[in-house]
Amino acid sequence: MFGLNQKDARLLLIVALLALLAPFLLNPFPTDSAMAQFNAGYPDLMQRFAIFGILAIGYNILFGLTGYLSFGHAAFLGAGSYSAVWMFKLLSYNIVPGIILSVIMAGLFSLLIGFISLRRSGIYFSILTLAFAQMSFALAYSVLTPITNGETGLQVYTDDPQYLQSVDAPNVPNLFGIVMRDTYTLEVGAWSFDFNNGYYLCAILMIAAFYLSVRIYRSPFGLMLRAVKSNQQRMNYTGLSTRPYTLAAFVISGMYAGLAGGLLASMDPLAGAERMQWTASGEVVLMTILGGVGTLIGPILGAGFIKYFENIFSKINDATLHSWFGFLPDGIENGVVWVLEHFVGAGWHMTLGVLFMLVVIFLPGGLVEGGQKLWAWAFKRGTGGKDKTSGSTNPAE
Amino acid sequence: MDALILQVLNGLDKGSAYALIALGLTLIFGTLGVVNFAHGALFMIGAFCAVTVQRFLSLSFLTVDETQKDFLGNPLKVKTPYVESWFGPEVGTAIIDWSVPLAILFAIPIMLAVGFIMERGLIKHFYKREHADQILVTFGLAIVLQELVKHYYGANPIPTPAPDAFKGSFDFGALIGFEANTIIYPYWRLVYFAFSALIITGIFSFLRFTTFGMVVRAGMADRETVGLLGINIDKRFTIMFGIAAAVAGLAGVMYTPINSPNYHMGMDFLVLSFVVVVVGGMGSLPGAVLAGFLLGILESFASFSPIKNFFENWLFLPSIDQIIIYLVAIVILLTRPRGLMGRKGVMEE
Repeated sequence: MFGLNQKDARLLLIVALLALLAPFLLNPFPTDSAMAQFNAGYPDLMQRFAIFGILAIGYNILFGLTGYLSFGHAAFLGAGSYSAVWMFKLLSYNIVPGIILSVIMAGLFSLLIGFISLRRSGIYFSILTLAFAQMSFALAYSVLTPITNGETGLQVYTDDPQYLQSVDAPNVPNLFGIVMRDTYTLEVGAWSFDFNNGYYLCAILMIAAFYLSVRIYRSPFGLMLRAVKSNQQRMNYTGLSTRPYTLAAFVISGMYAGLAGGLLASMDPLAGAERMQWTASGEVVLMTILGGVGTLIGPILGAGFIKYFENIFSKINDATLHSWFGFLPDGIENGVVWVLEHFVGAGWHMTLGVLFMLVVIFLPGGLVEGGQKLWAWAFKRGTGGKDKTSGSTNPAE
Repeated sequence: MDALILQVLNGLDKGSAYALIALGLTLIFGTLGVVNFAHGALFMIGAFCAVTVQRFLSLSFLTVDETQKDFLGNPLKVKTPYVESWFGPEVGTAIIDWSVPLAILFAIPIMLAVGFIMERGLIKHFYKREHADQILVTFGLAIVLQELVKHYYGANPIPTPAPDAFKGSFDFGALIGFEANTIIYPYWRLVYFAFSALIITGIFSFLRFTTFGMVVRAGMADRETVGLLGINIDKRFTIMFGIAAAVAGLAGVMYTPINSPNYHMGMDFLVLSFVVVVVGGMGSLPGAVLAGFLLGILESFASFSPIKNFFENWLFLPSIDQIIIYLVAIVILLTRPRGLMGRKGVMEE
């Protein structure tokens, strides 16, 4: 199907079903129940699942296949957002030109950065991309204020030209009249499910992005990238220049990031410099390694996992914790709450950092590897575990 | 001319901080072969050692002074720091006043301990892993340390003043024969520069003139052979990690009067220090120091108003000082990929 073998086609089908049925799957608890706070099926969060899924899929094409650890992907995300908002300001609220321009701009930007950074590999490359990301942040935050509107962030004002905006077109981001923020809510008994136009656009694009990444993985080009990861020196000795391939991978993943940035701006027509900060880049790296570097579905899982828990953890506060652990004796309750309050609410970044360390230390293959180990442990007692050694990330499934 | 000298002087304090952090990074990289993304966090912890010492010294108790009245006519409550009640008011005030230099004494053991724990507890297990894993795990650690500090000290910068004796500025120009009031320079920045020059000299002579340093240098050149000679090189490298942590910490302690410490200062400095290391040449200690000062001075020149205005008016780049280091680093890497003083064969897999 679609030029994929049976296994990949099944995987694509699973991703497509998960993405399209997400409004049902993410709202398993009735609206009024106590568990409703664990629901994730509201438009804003679902959009972020899909958008960061695209970002992580793209990042994985670079990091998973070539092994080049980039710390600068937030810069492309930001570049995409800024381009999209500029299209809204100049042309109209139709998101198509915005998204196209954001992909192109991020592509050009990553071509420039990649051309310079890819002259070195290993640590040098990571440091260079980190420096570029910080430079882009400084550019967006202060140096290029006329273009980026500095600290305030770029947004659409009423006196912007919007040359192509027709009078009857909606005054919010739309796709040929389909308003992105419109939501159809389906009530079934105690449950309610939100179907958001913006989410479905993101989901369809994510499925397309996933399909493209599967094709890249299975192509001769993908094989070449994996050869770069396993032994670049040997590739060079055979007389082959690897740089065009790594640069292509870098630009492709930059364009994915640009698409994600453009979508972010399309869902909410704002672009700010904080989107380009190093923490944002770190988050993408974490999504990818948490899901499983070099695996196909891992980045999507990682992105969903992180965005979901970011949302849940940020909502929890001291009072919630006390109510949860109320059954414990007072002393222990206070102790437990004292420890946990570091990680919830504003402490979400702490959780992120701890998660980062734990995954790198104990589960280098990410959730996918963890799942495989668990599967092997549960169904094939004795055979699993050893053959899937840590560190070697099998680029499959 | 005097304006040029002033810019050079202004660059020295930032340059010193870059040089000290980059020196520590290079030491760790040269000995253990680990890229430590948590090094900026060590700098930040050092700065917060100073904050802690200051807070600790100014812990006070309240007494009701019947002789004085506040504006409502009630007896005035007077705060007396414990230090003053123990050592008498004059010595006590002096101790509080000198809290930043005193923090050095406190920071050295703390930073050494933090360094040892980090190395033995975490980084030891990552020698054999890929560089990407080392970067990621230290990056995670940096986030955790940063968030811990944010949780306990808040997100706002905490002013930590220098001792009264070093507050204010002095006329540096008059000392070297310029007209009065042309080169005004704050005392503390000079202290900072002298302090970092002292530490840098100390580290270099330690490595150069002691047996311990000789062994460490031998280990940097060929770890395996030194190990085969029956020397416990791992232990020495751990000590070097502790020393590198202490250097970063002290740089942080002394930096607090220049810029009030906040929880993200470490990461701000780290990225620039990495650029410094790359420009200086990975694995080269003199390169790190040289590049640190060069880039610090360069940054100061870029914020010099005629130059800044030139960029703003002719090249449409306002506040060029914020990105100049990156631009120069790019040019250097394109022309000299190994950095200014980089050695062949270091990090070239």
